[in-house]
Amino acid sequence: MPLYHNEDQAMLADTARGFIAEEGNIAKQLRHWRDRNCKDGFGHGLWKQMAEMGFTGMLVEEADGGLGMGHVEAGIVLEEIGRNLTPSPFLTSSVLAATALKHGSDDLKGRYLPGLIAGDSVFAVAIDETAKHRPSRIATRAEKSGNGFRLTGSKSFVIQGASADMIVVAARTSGSDEDADGITLFAVPKDAAGMSHASVRLVDSAMATHTRFDSVELDGDAVIGEIDGGRAVLDAMLLAGRVGAAAEGVGVARGAMDMTVDYLKQRKQFGKLIGEFQALQHRASHLYSEVEIARAVTVKAQQLLDAGAPSAELMASVAKAKVAKTARLAVQEGVQMHGGIGMTDEYDIGLYMKRDRALAEFLGDAYFHANRVAELSGY
Amino acid sequence: MADLETFRAETRAWLEANCPPEMREPVRDESDIYWGGRRATFKNDAQKAWLEACVAKGYTVPAWPKAYGGAGLSPAEAKVLREEMGRINARPPLSSFGIWMLGPALLHFGTEGQKQRFLNEIARGEIRWCQGYSEPGSGSDLVSLQTYGEDKGDSWEVNGQKIWTSYADHADWIFCLVRTDKADKYQGITFMLFDMASEGVTTKPILLISGNSPFCETFFDNVSVPKSYGDDVPAYVGTINRGWDVAKYLLGHEREMISGADGGDRTAGIGAAMKRHAARLGDDLDPVLRAELAMFDVDALAYTAMGEKFLDEIKVGKAHPAQPNMMKYAGTELNKRRHELVMAVGGSRSLEWESEATEGGKPSRNWLRTKANSIEGGTSEVMLNVIAKRILDLPGA
Repeated sequence: MPLYHNEDQAMLADTARGFIAEEGNIAKQLRHWRDRNCKDGFGHGLWKQMAEMGFTGMLVEEADGGLGMGHVEAGIVLEEIGRNLTPSPFLTSSVLAATALKHGSDDLKGRYLPGLIAGDSVFAVAIDETAKHRPSRIATRAEKSGNGFRLTGSKSFVIQGASADMIVVAARTSGSDEDADGITLFAVPKDAAGMSHASVRLVDSAMATHTRFDSVELDGDAVIGEIDGGRAVLDAMLLAGRVGAAAEGVGVARGAMDMTVDYLKQRKQFGKLIGEFQALQHRASHLYSEVEIARAVTVKAQQLLDAGAPSAELMASVAKAKVAKTARLAVQEGVQMHGGIGMTDEYDIGLYMKRDRALAEFLGDAYFHANRVAELSGY
Repeated sequence: MADLETFRAETRAWLEANCPPEMREPVRDESDIYWGGRRATFKNDAQKAWLEACVAKGYTVPAWPKAYGGAGLSPAEAKVLREEMGRINARPPLSSFGIWMLGPALLHFGTEGQKQRFLNEIARGEIRWCQGYSEPGSGSDLVSLQTYGEDKGDSWEVNGQKIWTSYADHADWIFCLVRTDKADKYQGITFMLFDMASEGVTTKPILLISGNSPFCETFFDNVSVPKSYGDDVPAYVGTINRGWDVAKYLLGHEREMISGADGGDRTAGIGAAMKRHAARLGDDLDPVLRAELAMFDVDALAYTAMGEKFLDEIKVGKAHPAQPNMMKYAGTELNKRRHELVMAVGGSRSLEWESEATEGGKPSRNWLRTKANSIEGGTSEVMLNVIAKRILDLPGA
């Protein structure tokens, strides 16, 4: 399969680009909700519009009412979300939670998917328990209790946790904290007794929670996939999420780069456009080169994931790490080349820097994924 | 697609029957590469047999038209042949600047007479060519070149000096940029072809920091170059005074080649191999070195995907025309980093300049060789200039 978009995908990209630039732009969404100190950190109206565009259920199977599309398509939407810094539940709900629900019972699908597809529901995922992404260690426990389970523990960095109608929680049903096996995934409804959220606004204005589970009673049918066999579902969800986060990061990098290159063509100092200075030209050209490479490997990871290739694991980590490094370069060069105004809240380039920081941390940063590349390669 | 599978089966059978086992061994040193030319000798019978079989089949230049010594393969068929040769580790039967550089220029700009004569000679490995571009005062700023051909009616009298002429001391003929109009910088250069045995041509090898001498200084003292070698065989490619167009076309081609975009696996991750290498030397990877290898592998594997995307896009005309500059820049910088890491893993063993264990200092010599990657064929800085101007459209670039 060639590493560029086919005709249908190119059409989708045109549509997504126009729609998100129009409705999801920084003024209409990120700044709008941030300046109103919105408790959700995103707009439900846009989420509903994204449903009307067919985006919310694009990864959901057609048999379940979705569009049955792949990660190349989801990545197209995510790149535009990244470029516009659009706060939205798309990555957590339509990619991560939707991937987990593919492994769920018909009952679970029937309970949650229609709301997702309609843009009425928002889902979150609760994986991390410490300040760094470390899914190999899961200490939150779910004990057998009657016909169901009793969930105890805490999770952090739960994006939009307090807004979510359902949270996918990775918990331990057997074994010790570091065991690969013994994990079970649960779909925890928002009104579950004993679940409490401490909301916190993040640097990029997104809302996240530290979520506690104090003997939360769950029905047996809240289980996603097999009891004790949740690691496979968790891995599938992480894989999809990482490839998705890479695509969004490509959008952040491209958005920051485009804004910066435009600025080099407008700002004058010493009687000429600063883009005439070779010192800046070379840095911009290097950035272009890195962004092109990051984008290529992200599309490669999407295609491998859609093809079900075993090498998708490795390429997803390559993509996540490469994009994290590249977007970091893009936003740092962006602020520096904007000079003093790059430090002001009025200009958008600083918002790219903030978003990159949070997005890179989500589901593992460049260090985490470079280490994973080494491990998967056998060293 | 069925036709392509038939072609693959036929190719596999042909290679099985015609590629001698010795030609399926990895290339160990320079003597394993057959460059062709008037003075070439075969290392062994297998090398000779392999060349002759490929010449007969048109497989020294498989994608060239049959009339010019090729096999007329489509891009898809040529890819199958590369894959099948790669499968059995078949060596290239013939390597030459004629195949890589002059051939593409002649296919694009040459007259029918030039194609008939020169392309067939190149395809059969009869003539070894070298490239006369750079001069002592004209490196990155190539268009400032001074080697001058004075118009003598039916001939030019060429005077000047070239540098970095690859294997000029082994070459039979040269394709050479010569100024023929001093008044016009860009439209005053002619792309000439002439015999290195001409009176007044001398070459002097340059000893490099790697200890090798692949490049020469080439001097022209009153060299007489006839304007024609016969009916429809002019001694210049394209038009007189418009050789810069040909040179630019070829530079683009060369950058693509150096960028490694047309195949090869030197862009794959190296961490696992480096761990084994360290183990053979009785060591383990230092944690910080392991981390650097991991970061390198991220970049290398990502670049491999970029190479794949670039080739896919070139096939359908989607790639930006200046994208080879970006590939060359990123690919050569990556290769330099690769060899820095290989040297670090090898420790004092990789410092050995002459030893059996290092096959004559291969790690250090290869490491030093890579430093030229980002200089030859356009420096990294020139590549960044081109990206700034042609892709980013920055002012004054």
